[in-house]
Amino acid sequence: MSFITRGFSGRNRERDPNLPPGQTLVEDWPVLSAGPTPDIDPADWEFVVVTENGRRSWNWDDFHALGVEDVTVDIHCVTHWSKLGMAWRGVPLDKVFDEVETGHDYVMAHSYGGYTTNVPLDELLDGQAWIAFEADGEPLSPEHGGPARLLVPHLYFWKSAKWIHGLVTMPRDDPGFWEQNGYHLHGDPWQEERYW
Amino acid sequence: MTRRPAGWHAATVRAVTVETPSARRIEFEVPSWPGNDAGSHVDVRLTAPDGYQATRSYSIASSGETPRVVLAVDEVPGGEVSPFLVHELQPGDQVELHGPLGSYFVWGPDGEQRPVQLIAGGSGVVPLYAMAEVRDALQEVRRDATPFRLLYSVRTPEDRFFAPELSRFAGRGLDIRYVYTRQAPDGWAEPVGRITRETLAAAVWPVEQRPSVYVCGPTAFVEAVADWLVALGHEPRDIRTERFGGG
Repeated sequence: MSFITRGFSGRNRERDPNLPPGQTLVEDWPVLSAGPTPDIDPADWEFVVVTENGRRSWNWDDFHALGVEDVTVDIHCVTHWSKLGMAWRGVPLDKVFDEVETGHDYVMAHSYGGYTTNVPLDELLDGQAWIAFEADGEPLSPEHGGPARLLVPHLYFWKSAKWIHGLVTMPRDDPGFWEQNGYHLHGDPWQEERYW
Repeated sequence: MTRRPAGWHAATVRAVTVETPSARRIEFEVPSWPGNDAGSHVDVRLTAPDGYQATRSYSIASSGETPRVVLAVDEVPGGEVSPFLVHELQPGDQVELHGPLGSYFVWGPDGEQRPVQLIAGGSGVVPLYAMAEVRDALQEVRRDATPFRLLYSVRTPEDRFFAPELSRFAGRGLDIRYVYTRQAPDGWAEPVGRITRETLAAAVWPVEQRPSVYVCGPTAFVEAVADWLVALGHEPRDIRTERFGGG
């Protein structure tokens, strides 16, 4: 149903093919959070996975020992900005699920502070998702989710839960925080799965 | 809050008025609009003759089940969309709106009636204004209207959004405190400068009142205010934030 708005010509004529529809390239890194930023000391941080078979947890050092890798990915925020070619460092979730068995198909990510977001388990595996500690060569700052955040770059960035505390597997795709508050259950930026 | 599906809507500009030296109030007529809660936002999409599109999110200054949607857009210098909206848009022009969006940073009279604390930095007052407007309409019919306070940090008196409306609301029970960061009105007794933890502590509802707090403004402002609120003893879950940046 799109129509032309009189007088609008736009500025960014060259469109990067890595930019999904409706997105604008940014050089800075905007912050979006629903509430105050929690203050988490890595010494107190733990990562917990709960499945129908039980609970598994790692402290900061044990978790790093699973195997840290460097990746370069694009990130896309539902509020229409994208950042391309960002360097990240973290533990791939494949390493976590090497040590955890579940028959469930979905995961709820839980953050310190109470934030939640739902992701299908198969979209967290095969090199698609990490628990990240560094971005652009620096430790993640608290407002960007430090000390650790989930990184699922192929989905809109609200899925990359800041201040990640753990994952709880679930048999159904129950909605997380933003998914209950207006955002799409899945969130593929190339399909523009932004809102309900 | 009312659950309303987000969708694309054709919007026609009815009026563009000067809000502040750098901002315009834009009133749209949107016949298919399902209404929106106070505090929600909308995506504005502009299409150029060659098909190029640009989309940005803006908070909505209006609410309720009405085809009238009001935005107040501050120009981000060097931006692509806001300078167009501020300088070029005229009555009769059409844009696409996608919304209403967001059902968390919203307030309505149907929930629990705890005191409400609004804290705005600059144009961050827009969604908070929508909430204050609902409260103001309510106090005409309900004597027990929710107690509302607004703490509004703004550069100078002429940079205040919704100045006449807020003065009117103040006469009907909205408690407003201004913090001027660059220049205050003549005879202003408070210091001029950025908001401090002390100013904040003195202006907001005390922790014992368990206020529902809404903070909206630039990221650095929201980060500082939210951190101080937690340090003052407010529960993080009672503090809702919305930040803006980029153009």
